[in-house]
Amino acid sequence: MASTTAARPSGGRRFSLSWVGAVPFFAYVGLFLLLPTGIIVVGSFFTKDGSLTLANFADIDKPYIIKSFTNSLIISSVSAAIGAVVGAVLAYAVVTGDPNGTLRRLVTSAAGVLAQFGGVALAIALIATVGSEGFVTKFLLARGLNIYAGGLWIYEPIGIILVYLYFQIPLMVLVFLPALDGLRPQWREATESLGGSTWHYWRYVAGPLLAPSFLGCTLLLFANAFSAYATVAALLTQGGVYITLEIQNLLTSETEQTQPGLAQALALTMIVIVVLVTSLYTVLQSRTSKWLR
Amino acid sequence: MKWSSPVRQLGLAVVAFLLVAACGSSPGGTASCNAKTATSATDCGGIDGLVTAAKAEGALNVIALPPDWANYGAVIAGFTAKYGIPINSANPNGSSQQEVDAFDGTPNAPDVVDVGQAVALANTAKFAPYKVATWNDIPAGAKEPTGLWFNDYGGYMGIGYDSSKVPGGTISSVADLLGSGFKGKVALAGDPTKSNQGLNGVIMAGVANGGSLDDVSKGVDFFKQLKKAGNYVPVVGTAATVKAGQTPVLFEWDYLSTSHGKDVSTWKIFVPSNAIIGGYYSQAINKAAPHPAAARLWMEYLYSDAGQNLWLKGGARPVRMAAMTTAGTLDAAAAAALPQVPGTPQVPTGDQTSKASAYVVANWSQAVS
Amino acid sequence: MQRSRRLKLLIFRWVVLVVVGVFFLAPLAAMFEFSTRGNAINAPRTLEGWTLVGQTPGLVKGIIVSLELAVITPLAMLVLLLPTMVWVRLRLPSLKRIVEFVCLLPLTVPAIALVVGLKPIYIWIEINVSPLTQVLAFAYLILILPYSYRTLDAGLAAMDLKTLSEAARSLGAGWATVMLRVVVPNMSSAILNASLLSVALVLGEYTVANLLNFQNLQVEIQYVSLTTSNTATAVALGSLLFAFILLLVLSFIGRSRGRRTRAEEIIPSSASSAGIWGQRV
Repeated sequence: MASTTAARPSGGRRFSLSWVGAVPFFAYVGLFLLLPTGIIVVGSFFTKDGSLTLANFADIDKPYIIKSFTNSLIISSVSAAIGAVVGAVLAYAVVTGDPNGTLRRLVTSAAGVLAQFGGVALAIALIATVGSEGFVTKFLLARGLNIYAGGLWIYEPIGIILVYLYFQIPLMVLVFLPALDGLRPQWREATESLGGSTWHYWRYVAGPLLAPSFLGCTLLLFANAFSAYATVAALLTQGGVYITLEIQNLLTSETEQTQPGLAQALALTMIVIVVLVTSLYTVLQSRTSKWLR
Repeated sequence: MKWSSPVRQLGLAVVAFLLVAACGSSPGGTASCNAKTATSATDCGGIDGLVTAAKAEGALNVIALPPDWANYGAVIAGFTAKYGIPINSANPNGSSQQEVDAFDGTPNAPDVVDVGQAVALANTAKFAPYKVATWNDIPAGAKEPTGLWFNDYGGYMGIGYDSSKVPGGTISSVADLLGSGFKGKVALAGDPTKSNQGLNGVIMAGVANGGSLDDVSKGVDFFKQLKKAGNYVPVVGTAATVKAGQTPVLFEWDYLSTSHGKDVSTWKIFVPSNAIIGGYYSQAINKAAPHPAAARLWMEYLYSDAGQNLWLKGGARPVRMAAMTTAGTLDAAAAAALPQVPGTPQVPTGDQTSKASAYVVANWSQAVS
Repeated sequence: MQRSRRLKLLIFRWVVLVVVGVFFLAPLAAMFEFSTRGNAINAPRTLEGWTLVGQTPGLVKGIIVSLELAVITPLAMLVLLLPTMVWVRLRLPSLKRIVEFVCLLPLTVPAIALVVGLKPIYIWIEINVSPLTQVLAFAYLILILPYSYRTLDAGLAAMDLKTLSEAARSLGAGWATVMLRVVVPNMSSAILNASLLSVALVLGEYTVANLLNFQNLQVEIQYVSLTTSNTATAVALGSLLFAFILLLVLSFIGRSRGRRTRAEEIIPSSASSAGIWGQRV
C-alpha cells in the first residue's frame, strides 16, 4: 500500500491531530498492561520499606522454588513437544480435506474452545475420566487392569502433562494450520514430476519450509504451558510444586506481608523466560511466512 | 472534524459502560445508627434499630462458609429468611488466611469472617470490636476482652475414612496410615499454612506420634513420610472429593465427618485416644465492612439460641453450650447425636497455635514437595 | 501413483482422526457419565446434577456474569481496536509496528504474573468505579488483544482499505459511515472470528477472575466442584459444549459471507488463491 501518498494531502495540520486517533488505544493499554508490568518490575527491586535491593531475586535460591521452576519447565517442554507433534499431525489430517468442509469447521471450533478452556473444566474432566472413581479407571478395573497399581500418578508431573495435552494439541492445530494452508499443490506436483516420492517431498521440500513454523509453534506451546495456572490450581488444590502455584501462594500467604517483593520477582522471572521464548517464536514465524504467505 | 467518529464512538461507549456499571452498584443505605462504630446492639437503639439499619444496607458478604460445614447452609438460609437480607457467599472452601486476605477495602470484601485461632490472633488490627447480646454466656477464655474476636463453635480433630477403601475396614492408630494399603489415599482438609483445619490436622498427627502441643515438628515429619511413601494426596479434602473417592482418608473435624457420612454410607471417623485435639473457630467483624450493620446483626443471629442450635445440628459444639444447657434452651436430640470423644481432649492455647502455625508456614513446602 | 497416494492419505487421515477423536471425546463422555451418577454405590442414574444448576444461586450468577462479559468484551475490543487499526493503517503507518508489538505483549506476560500488577489497579477501580464483576472486562480486553489483533489484521490486509475509504470519503461519507458501511462489511468474517475467539477466552477464563477475587463462571464451577461434584461436572461440560456449538454455528455463518466478498475482489489475496486451488496436498 502506498501509505506515504496517503499522508500528504492534509498538509501541515495532519501532524498535529492525526496521532490523537491513537490515544484511546495507547492510554488503555498503558493503564492496563504497561502499568501492571511496570508495577511488577519495580516491585521486584524494592523491599517492603522501599529500599532498592536484589534480595528478592536472591530468595529464588530456595530449594522448593528452584524445584517449582524445574517442574514447570519439565512439564512445559514435554507437553509442548508431544502436543506439537500430535497437533501437527492432526492439523495435516484436517488441512488435506475440504477447506470449507464440516470436518475443518468442527476441528477448528473445538480447538478454539479447548485452547482457551484450560483449567477448571479440564481438571474436572481428568478426574471424571481417570480419577480414582473415574469412568476409564473403573472400566479398566473391571477388566483386571489397575492403572494405579504403581501409585496415584494423576497428581504427579505425568498426570499434569496428560491434562496439558488437552489444550496444547488444540493450540497447535490453531497456530500451525495457517502454515500448512500455505503449502502449494504445485510443489508436490513439481516433486513428483522430478521423480521424487512422498518421503522426498517431506524431507526436501515441505519439511524445511515448515520447520521454522513448527519450531516456533512448539515454543508458543511451551510458553503457554509454562504460564498456565488455572489447570494446576484446579487440580492440585492442596498446592503443588509449580511456579504459577508458587506465585499465587506467595500472593496470599503471610510471607506476602513480610516480603511482598518475592512474588513480583518470581513474576518478573516468568515474564523474562516467556518473552525470550515468544521472541524466538516471532522470528521463526516471520521466516516461514516469507514462503507461505 | 478531526475528533473523528471512532474517537467519539469510543468515548460514548466508555461513558455508557461506566453509567451502566455505576447504576448497577448501589451505595450503602443511610443507617439510623452509626453501625461502623457500634460496639453492641444498644449503640444502635437495640436489636430493632440494628435490624432496620441492616435492611437498609441490603446485603451481607460472607466468605469461606461451605453449606455442609457445621450446617452453615441452614444458618445462611435462616438469616435470609428471618431478615430478608440476601447473603453473598464467596469462596466457600477458602481457608482462614484467605478470609482475612480478602479484606481489600473494596465493596466486595467480606463483612464477617469465621477463622481459626492463629489467624484471629494475628489480625486483630483488622477487626472491629463488638459484643453480642449474649456476651456473658461466652466463657472468658473464649473471647477477646473488647470483642475483637470471640469463639463460635468447636469440635475435635479426627480421621474420617471410607471403611470400604481401607485395609481391614478400620483404622486403629495414626501410624496405620503409613502402610502400603493407603497408597494415594490420605489427604488433609485444608492447606496447613493457611487453613486452621489443616493446621490442626498436622498438630494432631504430631501429638499422636510422640510430639506435643508445643512441638509440631513431629506432625510435619509425619506428612513428609506420608508423601515419601506415596500415600499423601495433594488435594484439599472436601465434600466433593470425598464423594468422588479422591480422598478416602481425610484429616478433618469430627463435625464434618458427620456430613460426609450422608454422602458415603461407609464413612467412619477415628479419633486417636492419645491425641484428642479440640479447636474452636472465632468470629470477627471487618473494621472496613461494606455492610457494618448487617455484619453486627449476623453476629446477633449466630449467638442467639436459634443460631447456636443450628450449629449443634451440624455436629459442632456451640460456644454457649454450657449456658444453654443450664437454661434448658439446648436442642437435646442434637446434643445426644454429637460424635463421641474417647478420652480427655487437649485444646491448644492461642500461643501454641500461633507457634505451630509459624513452624508449619516455614517448613511445610519443603516437607511435602 | 496418484491413486495409491490418495488411498494412503485417506487411511492416514482416518486413523489420525479416529485416534485423536477418541482421545478428546473420552473425557467429555466421562464427564457426562460422572454428572449423572447417583448418590450411593448402586443408586440409579440421575439428572439431578443438571437440574440442580438452576437452583445453585452462585452458579446462575456466574453464568449470567460470564455471558455478559462475553458480550461486553468483544464489543469493547471492536470499539477500541478496530478504529485504531484502521486509523493507523490510513494515517499513522509508522505506528503499525508499535501497535503490533503492544498487541503481542499480553502473550508474553502470563496472566498470573499480570494479575500481580493488576491487583492495585483493580482495588482502585472497585472502590471508585464499580465493584461489579463486569469490570473484569478491562482486563479481558488486554488478554484478547493478541488473538484479535492478528485476526483483524489479516482481515484488513485482505481488503484494499486505502482505496475503499478514500472512495467513500470523496463521496461525502463521514468516518462513522466509512467504518460501519465500508470497513465492517468487508471484513465481517475476520470480525466474527476475532469476536468468537474473545467469547471463548472470556467464558473459559479462570486465573484473573480468581486472583482478583471475582466470581465468574469458571470460578463458580470451581467452588461448586468442591462441594457438589455432579453439578460442577454438569456445568463444566455444559459450558464447553455451549462455547463449541457457538463457535461452530458462527463459523458456518462467517465463512459463507467471507467467500462471497472475496470472489468480488479485484486484487487477489493469498486467501482467495487458496480457494482457487481446491485440491489440497
